[in-house]
Amino acid sequence: MAVAKQKLSVPFDYDKYLRKDKLPHIWCPGCGHGIVLKSLLRAIDNKELSKNDLCMVSGIGCSSRTPGYVDFNTLHTIHGRAFSFATGLKLAKPSLKMIIATGDGDAMAIGGNHFIHTCRRNIDMLIIVYSNAIYGMTGGQFSPTTPIGSIATTSRYGNVEPPFDICEMAKAAGATFVARGTAYHTQELERTFTEALGHKGTAVVEVIDSCPIYFGRMNKQRGASEMMENIEKNGTVSVKQVDKLPAEKTEGKLVRGILHRVEKPEYCEQYDKLIVAKATK
Amino acid sequence: MADRYEIRFSGSGGQGMILAGIIMAEAASIFGDKNAAQSQSYGPESRGGASRAEVIIADAGVDIDYPKATAIDCMLALTQTACTSYYSDVKKDGILLIDEDEVTDIPEGDFKVVKYPILRAAREDIGKSIVGNIISLGMITELTGIVSREEMENAVLSRVPKPFLELNKSALTLGFEKASALKKEL
Amino acid sequence: MAAKKKLMQGNEACAEGALYAGCKFYAGYPITPSTEVAEIMSVELPKRGGKFIQMEDEIASMAATIGGSLAGLKSLTATSGPGFSLKQEALGYACLTEVPCVVINVMRGGPSTGYPTGPSQSDIMQAKWGTHGDHPAIALTPAYVQEILDETVRAFNLSEKYRTPVVVLYDEIVGHMREPITIPEPGDLEVIDRAKPDCDPEDYKPYDDKHLIAPLAPFGEGYRFHVTGLNHKEDGFPTNDSEMIDINNRRIMQKIDDNIDDICKNDESNLEDAEIGIFAVGSTSRSAKFSVNAARKKSIKAGLLRPLTIWPFPDKAVGELAEKCKVIIVPELNLGQMVNEVKRVAAGRCEVVGIHRVDGEPIKPAQITELIEKYS
Repeated sequence: MAVAKQKLSVPFDYDKYLRKDKLPHIWCPGCGHGIVLKSLLRAIDNKELSKNDLCMVSGIGCSSRTPGYVDFNTLHTIHGRAFSFATGLKLAKPSLKMIIATGDGDAMAIGGNHFIHTCRRNIDMLIIVYSNAIYGMTGGQFSPTTPIGSIATTSRYGNVEPPFDICEMAKAAGATFVARGTAYHTQELERTFTEALGHKGTAVVEVIDSCPIYFGRMNKQRGASEMMENIEKNGTVSVKQVDKLPAEKTEGKLVRGILHRVEKPEYCEQYDKLIVAKATK
Repeated sequence: MADRYEIRFSGSGGQGMILAGIIMAEAASIFGDKNAAQSQSYGPESRGGASRAEVIIADAGVDIDYPKATAIDCMLALTQTACTSYYSDVKKDGILLIDEDEVTDIPEGDFKVVKYPILRAAREDIGKSIVGNIISLGMITELTGIVSREEMENAVLSRVPKPFLELNKSALTLGFEKASALKKEL
Repeated sequence: MAAKKKLMQGNEACAEGALYAGCKFYAGYPITPSTEVAEIMSVELPKRGGKFIQMEDEIASMAATIGGSLAGLKSLTATSGPGFSLKQEALGYACLTEVPCVVINVMRGGPSTGYPTGPSQSDIMQAKWGTHGDHPAIALTPAYVQEILDETVRAFNLSEKYRTPVVVLYDEIVGHMREPITIPEPGDLEVIDRAKPDCDPEDYKPYDDKHLIAPLAPFGEGYRFHVTGLNHKEDGFPTNDSEMIDINNRRIMQKIDDNIDDICKNDESNLEDAEIGIFAVGSTSRSAKFSVNAARKKSIKAGLLRPLTIWPFPDKAVGELAEKCKVIIVPELNLGQMVNEVKRVAAGRCEVVGIHRVDGEPIKPAQITELIEKYS
């Protein structure tokens, strides 16, 4: 079993970050969202962040239900606009530590414009894009990250639209920390989140996740574990190895790890430094 | 003064018609003790196109309800287009002040027409065509008497940047003097 | 006295009113004819410890405004017709999640891009029914520059008091015209701040149905609660319990319905003995007042009911007018929005006739006078 290869860490008290009375969560058996959340909570613990300062904002979709389960200041908003609500919150109260939980449809389709401009401003927030190439909440329609040829309830003949590369998009738009992880590589994801939470500016972490119920069933991937194995064996390659491996081993694979990290002025700091300083002179 | 005194400034975008309206309203209501309402209509262009500003003046304590012109006491037209489009609201015995170089097709009616080469005077006598609106304000002040020279001067000077104070003062004085002479002919 | 008097544009007075009310956050997007509000806020807010942000679109502006308010700041956005349409989904979110905020809509000619520099009153119904679902609506309709300042302060007060978005509707004429106004000194006008909880964070319920309006804690101050646009329980978490959904959906309407007298505000002139009533808002009400004054000089018994709160609709005042008048004339810069509400309330007690104009020109006093004289 692929899962057995992962070394289990010391027992971790997830409960202190969760609203236990709101569980069980709504995610389907085999969905990777809960695994991603576990890595996030461990990263938050690594950074010793205060629950009173943490603010998780989401839009609409399966991943966007995450804020309901975590014991922070939490805001579940409307489809695609989590970035904009979060921008208002962060600018109004810069002491908040912002985390956005969004999906490939929420962030790349209906929220695409806000995603781009949030990255451009380099406002301090961690954006986690749970990327499972499908609209799960509405029952399995193709999304902007669905591969060409894939079957969805609105692409019964196979999807003809080329997918976005979320990380390239984030980088091009100006995000100063861009990384990709997976719901399989949980310890690596924890490290990535830890780094991202320590970064000042817009940090985007795309997490390759799986939706066995909709994407898997329609695309002849038999179950959750098969999809997980697929992420591990066929889907991705570590950024540390990508240059060392022969081309045939990396072709068509998404690169995992921290892909882009630069230091640039952060929006709220710039606001104080440039605008407020001049206005109050 | 009646319940309402109506002034319309018209020209093309960029000639400062809206600013002229604001200054007239301030002369009346801030530097004078009257009530005023200033409004405008304009197209999408910042320059060119027809531009029109209106000021309704009333005695202190008299509400100005309808803020647009109904029967105009005094109208300025700096272009032919503006004149032709807007003159028809000028009331009987009202004043139509035109730039005589620009407005050659002078409308006929039971109002009085005052002609002066306003923009040429701005260019040649003052040296800046941009002050055509200020000369106009000086002339309207003198022709109508609706605000005093002092109120108008205070209003103009409060609106212009320091380096241009003298320039605008000269333009205003020119307007006062020219209108004072022309008024005798009315 | 003279020092405090200032010639101000309607949109300037709006910004001045917002600042007076303690607005500390503005998110917006440029749109004619409301842009001056944003321009002034961009200059003034940073001087006063406030935040201004120009967002990437109207939707984001509304969302950021709600975010700013959840952080505890009094928040404002300003827009016009097309932008108001784009804001509607997030506006509904603010209604359901009960987040105070003020939305200025300087109405312009529509539909669609319409006539950006022309006056209009065609968003009266959008202010009530623009967002989906049953929801509370408060909309104010100032008509004079001084009133824009005063009513913007009142909009913040109502919003903070009732934890609901408040829309200020005025047309381009009032938004862009200038009049001498008196800037109030601190203390001259009432300023209301939202109630904050004083309970233990463990016991905090942001939608406690024991209160019609529960206190709202700002994010990041120890009250870790959940806000969602899903139907929710009193603790803020989503629910499928039909009884809970019903209670909450009714409560957010009831908090307005129970306080109509506090929210509604009318200006009446010459109504005591009026036989011909006029019902108008904004620049149109100024034309109407001109016509009423002219009619009175001819001994025609005309009077004006000028609501400063158009939503909730002034049923009581219109009902009284319908009792005493033989006709109510409703001039409006649209093809018939308020007139149908007046007909609903009048319910046959008097004749109700509209005057409608959608050519980008104001309704002129002569149009109203003609009708007054016809009915005299």
